[in-house]
Amino acid sequence: MQRHIDQELADLKSQILRMGGLVESQIEGSIKALVDRDADLASRIIERDTLVNTMDVEIDENCMRLLALQAPAASDLRFVTTAMKISTELERMSDLSENISERVIELNEEPQLKPYIDIPRMANWTMRMVRESLDAFVRSDAALARKVCADDDFVDNLQHQLFRELLSFMIENPATITRAIRLTFVGKSLERIADHATNIAELVIYMAEGKIIRHTAPSVLSENEP
Amino acid sequence: MTTELITKPALKAESEKLCFYYGGGVQALKSVSLSIPDRHATALIGPSGCGKTTYLRCLNRMHDLYPGNRYVGTVWLYPDGLNIVDHTIDPIEIRMRVGMVFQKPNPFPTSIYENVAYGLRIRGAMTRSDLDGIVEQSLKDAALWPEVKDRLRDLASNLSGGQQQRLCIARALATSPEMLLFDEPTSALDPTATARIEELVQELKQRITIVIVTHNMQQAARVSDYTAFMYEGELVEVDRTEKIFTNPSNKLTEEYVTGRFG
Amino acid sequence: MFLKNDIDKSIDAARVRGRIAQSQLRDRLFSVAGLVVMAVASFVLLALLLQLAYDGIGRVSWKFFTSYPSRFPSQAGILSAWIGTVLVMFLTALTAIPLGIGAAIYLEEYAPKNWLTDLIEINITNLAGVPSIVYGLMALGLLVYEFHLGQSFLTAGLTLAMLILPMVIIATREALRAVPPQILEASFALGATKWQTIRDHVVPYSMGGILTGIILSLSRAVGETAPLLTVGALSFIAFLPNPPLTSEFPFISIQWLFDPFTVMPIQMFNWVSRPQEEFHINAAAAGVILMLMTLAMNALAITVRARFRRRIHW
Repeated sequence: MQRHIDQELADLKSQILRMGGLVESQIEGSIKALVDRDADLASRIIERDTLVNTMDVEIDENCMRLLALQAPAASDLRFVTTAMKISTELERMSDLSENISERVIELNEEPQLKPYIDIPRMANWTMRMVRESLDAFVRSDAALARKVCADDDFVDNLQHQLFRELLSFMIENPATITRAIRLTFVGKSLERIADHATNIAELVIYMAEGKIIRHTAPSVLSENEP
Repeated sequence: MTTELITKPALKAESEKLCFYYGGGVQALKSVSLSIPDRHATALIGPSGCGKTTYLRCLNRMHDLYPGNRYVGTVWLYPDGLNIVDHTIDPIEIRMRVGMVFQKPNPFPTSIYENVAYGLRIRGAMTRSDLDGIVEQSLKDAALWPEVKDRLRDLASNLSGGQQQRLCIARALATSPEMLLFDEPTSALDPTATARIEELVQELKQRITIVIVTHNMQQAARVSDYTAFMYEGELVEVDRTEKIFTNPSNKLTEEYVTGRFG
Repeated sequence: MFLKNDIDKSIDAARVRGRIAQSQLRDRLFSVAGLVVMAVASFVLLALLLQLAYDGIGRVSWKFFTSYPSRFPSQAGILSAWIGTVLVMFLTALTAIPLGIGAAIYLEEYAPKNWLTDLIEINITNLAGVPSIVYGLMALGLLVYEFHLGQSFLTAGLTLAMLILPMVIIATREALRAVPPQILEASFALGATKWQTIRDHVVPYSMGGILTGIILSLSRAVGETAPLLTVGALSFIAFLPNPPLTSEFPFISIQWLFDPFTVMPIQMFNWVSRPQEEFHINAAAAGVILMLMTLAMNALAITVRARFRRRIHW
């Protein structure tokens, strides 16, 4: 039986996807601004964060309305509450992209410290995690979500590697400290974006399976848990 | 990993493979095995014709009033382990321990006092003061006393629908039943009256075992501790209410609860 | 006016108005016809009553009320007749009401629903339509000849009781059936037995209907002539039966049950059969009294019914 609420749930899903697409382009744009040393692009990324915030508020309001008026139950209920939380995670991701862009503008005051290799690699990996977490949400795919959770380790490792490298720069040559620290921030922001993608994946597992696995150790994240 | 400490509550009643046949031979209940926890509220939900009211009326042998009905199986009443549907047991005995409130308020066309007192009168002689005391207490328990205390001799039919239903609850409570059955008690009432009755059920369930049949799922969600979903005479799933409404195990339950059918 | 789907093209306002006017005309004709019919019926009834009163009212007097019948019309009175009616109705009510109500309760609540019960039901309905003289003949054979109860008050009371019993049963059954089943379920759910439910709910709530049935039945009985003639009502009784109350122990006598009897309709019949004009006037006067007695009896029963109804409110 086709219900009125089905259309609203579908609309909510589209909204989340649109917001996800926008956030992905924010991340991509901020890294491109870094690599191309493009201050204009960075400024545009910073401005566009307000758009993301607006979408977050809209999604929140839609979810509240659905809960109040339709009183969804079971899987519908889990879907709506998950959508609300994903919206928050995406908004945080956009804030972090904004942070990266601010660092880019600051970094442009000085010449580039070193060729950017690890950061773009981290960024690609992170963006893939974001995309896959949203795919898992759309398809209610718990297996894909679990893979995203596991992929977080790679980003963490890359971030540690980046930090050690930048640390050695700073020790060798104090003049590089400002730039190195700013680059560390960029790496940290990317690592946190990846963490938010992991959060989205954990929410998707709850939505799909009805089990709350947030705040649990990775070793326990197998499907055979009761 | 979440380890729940599932403390199974003591049971008030338990049906074991209960089948029920109406006079024409139609089988309305198919091997229903359901536990009713003591001093909790259990809701029965399901689409029309699923057997939830039929099951409820087995618990106080109301089907005996009409010819041709047949029970197969057992329904244990605890703590003494009596089989409710045993044909050698007098239904009067069961109905003295298990009360019922009906869908449409059905007070007797006499005074408010006489309505509440009737159940006591048929149980034997009581002194006037004892009777007065129990009538007052029952009306208080049913959250009706303040509204009627000055007009106990007035006719029950002068009360509003919601008040009449609370009067019927007081009438059932007067005899101190061990279990109280509600058959869609608010479907004929307006939202305010409904809310008051739900409040009442929330209070009563701490003292008396309650079984409530409702086709209003939000009501089952608000009021009950356990929910049983029935379909076409069978028990499909029974669990704690929050589980049924957030993450039911059975696909049919999920579909019913999200409104995809029924 | 603009309607969807171009319906307005097929609605001709004038035609619609014409149709409405037609049905309104039919309404009015029907109500006028009803009024005419009611007027005719009321007029006929009124004419009968007025004719009776006109003929007889002059004769009604205290002396008429307290004299025995006599060969001389001017001295004839209805004392034995109206006392006879009162006593016979008393016996009829005493017999038919408990038996009728009891039988109805049994048939409605306790009898198993099988072919035998259906057969009994059908027969009761049939009995209600049997001509009253047949009852008289049956009573003659059974009560007078078989049981040797004689041509007495007892026989008369029992005869009329048998006559109205089916009516009482049928009316009572209808009244019992009218009690809403939800009320009965409420009573049973509280743990009441079948008998308690019947005693405390079914019968009290159907009292209105039961009493209506009793009123109608007794009204019929008070005017019955044929069966009483058959069982031997005398039309010339110049004495009263033995008094039911005595001044010595045991203070109640049943001797009067076996005394010869007469009733108002019989007395009227007797006087109308005589050739003298004055006796016809006597008969008319007796008719007036009989009507008043009937009205009084009905008024009593209606009062009792109203008192019952006041206590029970749906």
